[in-house]
Amino acid sequence: MAEAILEIRELSKSYGALRANDSISLSVQPRETHAIIGPNGAGKTTLISQIAGEVSPSAGSILFRGRDVTALPAHRRSALGLARTFQITSVIKSFTAQENVATAAQARAGHSFRFWRPADRADDINGRAKSALDRVGLAARADVPAVSLAHGEHRQLEIAMALASSPSLLLLDEPTAGMGPEESQQIVRLLRELKPELAILLIEHDMDVVFSVADRLTVLVNGRVLASGAPEAIRRDPRVREAYLGEEFAAPP
Amino acid sequence: MAGHLRPAHWLLAAVLLAVLCVPLLGDVFYTRLATRILILGLIAVSLNLLVGYGGMISFGHAAFVGLGAYTTAILAFHGVASGFLVWPAAIAVSALGALVIGAIALRTGGVYFIMITLAFAQMLYYTSVGLERYGGDDGVRMAARNTFAGVLELGRPSVFFYVVAAIFMAVVFAFSRLVRSRFGRVLRGIKDNERRMQSLGYDTYRYKLAAFVIAGALAGLGGALNANLVQLVSPSMIHWIMSGDLLIMVILGGVGTLFGPVIGAAAFILLEEVLAGYTKHWMIVLGPLMLLVVLFQKGGIHALLFRRGAAHG
Repeated sequence: MAEAILEIRELSKSYGALRANDSISLSVQPRETHAIIGPNGAGKTTLISQIAGEVSPSAGSILFRGRDVTALPAHRRSALGLARTFQITSVIKSFTAQENVATAAQARAGHSFRFWRPADRADDINGRAKSALDRVGLAARADVPAVSLAHGEHRQLEIAMALASSPSLLLLDEPTAGMGPEESQQIVRLLRELKPELAILLIEHDMDVVFSVADRLTVLVNGRVLASGAPEAIRRDPRVREAYLGEEFAAPP
Repeated sequence: MAGHLRPAHWLLAAVLLAVLCVPLLGDVFYTRLATRILILGLIAVSLNLLVGYGGMISFGHAAFVGLGAYTTAILAFHGVASGFLVWPAAIAVSALGALVIGAIALRTGGVYFIMITLAFAQMLYYTSVGLERYGGDDGVRMAARNTFAGVLELGRPSVFFYVVAAIFMAVVFAFSRLVRSRFGRVLRGIKDNERRMQSLGYDTYRYKLAAFVIAGALAGLGGALNANLVQLVSPSMIHWIMSGDLLIMVILGGVGTLFGPVIGAAAFILLEEVLAGYTKHWMIVLGPLMLLVVLFQKGGIHALLFRRGAAHG
């Protein structure tokens, strides 16, 4: 098997007495879509934030493409090819959709200590931004200020920003949160399309989405890994059924 | 973003042209007044890079004005009068000061950043008061303005005015390029959502520090010009009231716009000039005016003229 893109070893994060993440180990292989599921408060977002470098672990280590990045700040990890989206939409509100994505692409086009030429005339950056917007289906809304976009469009914009930075690992924190079924389907189509290109670590509550895109599932409960494996195995696991999935998803359709 | 020329732009151009004609009146009082407006406008523009574009509320900007002014006056005191030497030195000293103060202050954010910039400026203020050799409380006089190898006679008010005007226009033009550049985009992004910029891969601390140094250097240049204008550099130039006045100019004129701070500086100085003739408590008028701006017209006078939000200039 090829070297894992991401490998997490016994990662823990405590806030006082609360163990938000308790000795979590998991890996993401190249071109794998790995979904993390679990009830609210299971520590999913804490895990993503630790991988992205916004929250520093209490113990354990994070290897990204074979390199220990545990001590690196978020911007350095991003520069290595790790992109994330936020559960609660986080974009540059005063920028247009295009400028948001261009700002993401610009971060990959060398340093930004360039003081003279207008940023919006960098053709390579604009081109990459445009194709990322195209991909998520936002091309027609490129010139709309981000603050005026609808909720679903914000989610799409988040993904476009992540894609524009040409990552090798995409961390998606509930990409379909608050979306209608149709919009969710659009995200599913996009995720399937992206599969051959990069590795994805996905937090998602919508089980239809999870089971239609994930190659592997990890179930978190109370900060611990309850189970990890292929979707079918997880579906049948009685512990998972009891703790989280319920009967609805227990039987194969 | 470039925008079309609106009537307000023509108005702005006409005002600028009118200001450039002030020395033709032949009255030194008005020439000095116009010079002062341009110098403080330049300093307010530099503060606006931090407040309006970078989201850094610096309450200690007078520190860099003071560093530039004291560098100018102290060099003159020791007989170094050439502007070719003194002005770059003033810029360099202020930039260095901004690098040191910024490197520490930018480790914090929000209200702590406001307080720590204020604290640094007050430290420099008390240091300047303690400079017995250079007049202490009273400050240090400059016997004459800086020289430029006999080419420019800054002693003549109109010549000095046009030198200041040329520098002012060059700085405003460079500033308009800067805020639209890649660097400017990163800075505006940080103001809006710093965490997001970090997750996109930007080392936001370095970009903010660079902006802090640029703003400090420009303020230092303003300080050198101001020292030449008044020919007396005293601790009051560094006092927190000066930092506060600069913030008022930026907010009154329009945060995050190209010309807003210049308009703010002009309004502030003209108000002071007119009202101070009636009462020394002229701030009684300015205070409520600021309240009105903050409550009803957040974009300042600039937004009032241009009829849009405080987005671009």
